[in-house]
Amino acid sequence: MGGFRVSLRAHLVVERPPFRLDVELDVAAGEVVALLGPNGAGKTTALRGLAGLTPLAGGTVELEGVELHRLPPERRPIGVVFQDYLLFPHMSALDNVAFGPRCQGAGRAAARRIAADLLDRVGLTGFSGVRPGRLSGGQAQRVALARALAVRPRLLLLDEPLAALDAHTRLEIRAELRRHLAGFDGATVLVTHDPLDAMVLADRLVVIENGGVVQSGTPGEIARHPRTDYVARLVGLNLYRGEAGGDQVVVGDVRFSTAERVTGPAFVAFPPSAVALYRTRPDGSPRNLWKLHIDGVERHGDHIRVHLRGPLPLAADVTPAAATDLDLIPGQEIWAAVKATETHAYPA
Amino acid sequence: MTVRARTRAVTGRTPWPLVVPALAGLAFLVLPLAGLLVRAPWSTLPRQLAEPQVLEALRLSLVTATIATAVCLLLGVPLAWLLARTALPGRRLLRALVTVPLVLPPVVGGVALLLVLGRRGLAGQWLYDTFGVSLPFTTAGVVVAEAFVAMPFLVIAVEGALRGSDQRYEEAAATLGASRWTVFRRVTLPMVAPGVLAGAVLCWARALGEFGATITFAGNFPGRTQTMPLAVYLALETEPDAAIVLSLVLLAVSVIVLAGLRDRWVGSA
Repeated sequence: MGGFRVSLRAHLVVERPPFRLDVELDVAAGEVVALLGPNGAGKTTALRGLAGLTPLAGGTVELEGVELHRLPPERRPIGVVFQDYLLFPHMSALDNVAFGPRCQGAGRAAARRIAADLLDRVGLTGFSGVRPGRLSGGQAQRVALARALAVRPRLLLLDEPLAALDAHTRLEIRAELRRHLAGFDGATVLVTHDPLDAMVLADRLVVIENGGVVQSGTPGEIARHPRTDYVARLVGLNLYRGEAGGDQVVVGDVRFSTAERVTGPAFVAFPPSAVALYRTRPDGSPRNLWKLHIDGVERHGDHIRVHLRGPLPLAADVTPAAATDLDLIPGQEIWAAVKATETHAYPA
Repeated sequence: MTVRARTRAVTGRTPWPLVVPALAGLAFLVLPLAGLLVRAPWSTLPRQLAEPQVLEALRLSLVTATIATAVCLLLGVPLAWLLARTALPGRRLLRALVTVPLVLPPVVGGVALLLVLGRRGLAGQWLYDTFGVSLPFTTAGVVVAEAFVAMPFLVIAVEGALRGSDQRYEEAAATLGASRWTVFRRVTLPMVAPGVLAGAVLCWARALGEFGATITFAGNFPGRTQTMPLAVYLALETEPDAAIVLSLVLLAVSVIVLAGLRDRWVGSA
């Protein structure tokens, strides 16, 4: 965040028993922060709280030194891109984008000029007169972005901006959205459950679980040092929390040999590809070797992911050829080994 | 054809305990209308239709029903919005009150209107003393009676449309800086327009057929308060043929309205 000026300072408290959201969020001008988390974690509720659509039970929303949390949504300098875009079906693309400027007092002609300009910028020249029902998903997403930007917001909120798109369009729109967000000088908060979207689009991730922030940092930091099972799964790592001493971390009954030296509470993380599987006890005995049971087997891209249970649950990736040799039957015993140099230990 | 055959094969025979009463019900609804058509004095129809009383009653009916519908739209749409969109205390009671004219015998409605708006009524006396306006037994009285009876149809239809419409669009409009009035005008209303239209048509048809409240509150003066239903009833005593002709006209109007709504309701089956 160095060099950034803090633009949004928010503390959002929403009570919806038994659910409680309590999240603090600082976003700098020009910074893109992604709220990442599983379904029901409270990401969208946080976004709605910022927009004023969900009343706060407590906390504050301060944008560029102005308190917003007492203002109704229509008086907040924000732009929102909703998950299903929510383009007004009875208005043309142009009128959808011109709606905000009109509400802010611009004349009809001026509002339409602003709107046409924005449609140009998102690459939809010539779509002015088209009704939302006739737009493709990608086009609708771009109109929604143009509509949100048309009110010249100081805070841009995006709720699962790419979730409604098919895989191919998603790739294209993701890159485009990144470009538009880079050109936006206000603060941006986007909500997603897709780690890839978050990592591509955001400068910083804030991971929310059960209504609270569990971790925040740059995409790189989070990928290297996950702090919860959810984050670890998200970035595809095996993660354990234990007590470190020297080059060992004790997790339950299991002793990990690690490359790094840490002391005190610590995490150990390693990718599933670092796990080697053997039908019989291997020779040469690697330092981290366990006898586990096969829990399940699934295809994962171009390799096979094997879920193991035993003293510590573990995911291992093997090639299809190796999987055939290993004869992977659920319930069967198997040896799993991880080289110390492939593990990564860091303070908890 | 193959599709139909397959459908029949799957659903099997239609059970007669359902078919017989269904056909009887259909006959019950259709036969009276057919009788009207059969007994109509087709040869003298053009001449009968051109009778000044008939034209007068038709004109009065169309004008009053249309004005009553306009009044209902003006008052009923905001009322429906209030019921559907605000956290008004006692909203359930209000909704029940709004629907009372729907189940109230129209004659009772007429009596109630007389008690309130009659020259010695609670509000009527004040109206008369202050503005010199007296509603009973005037064309304006017809409009009041029709609007009283027909408004619940509109309110219920519009409220249903409002509840069924996606409120997230209104939230989206609010985040774009729209005040609640702008949201209503530019987002809510256009999106429930089909519901408003359906409600207005229903309201208009109900106003057109209004009898009980009208004759009680506005009386039966040809050219002033004698609408089509009143003329039908009166003609039945003196010239039954004229009654049939007037009924045919009302039937034709109803069928046209129904045809206009075909896509919305009848066609949705």
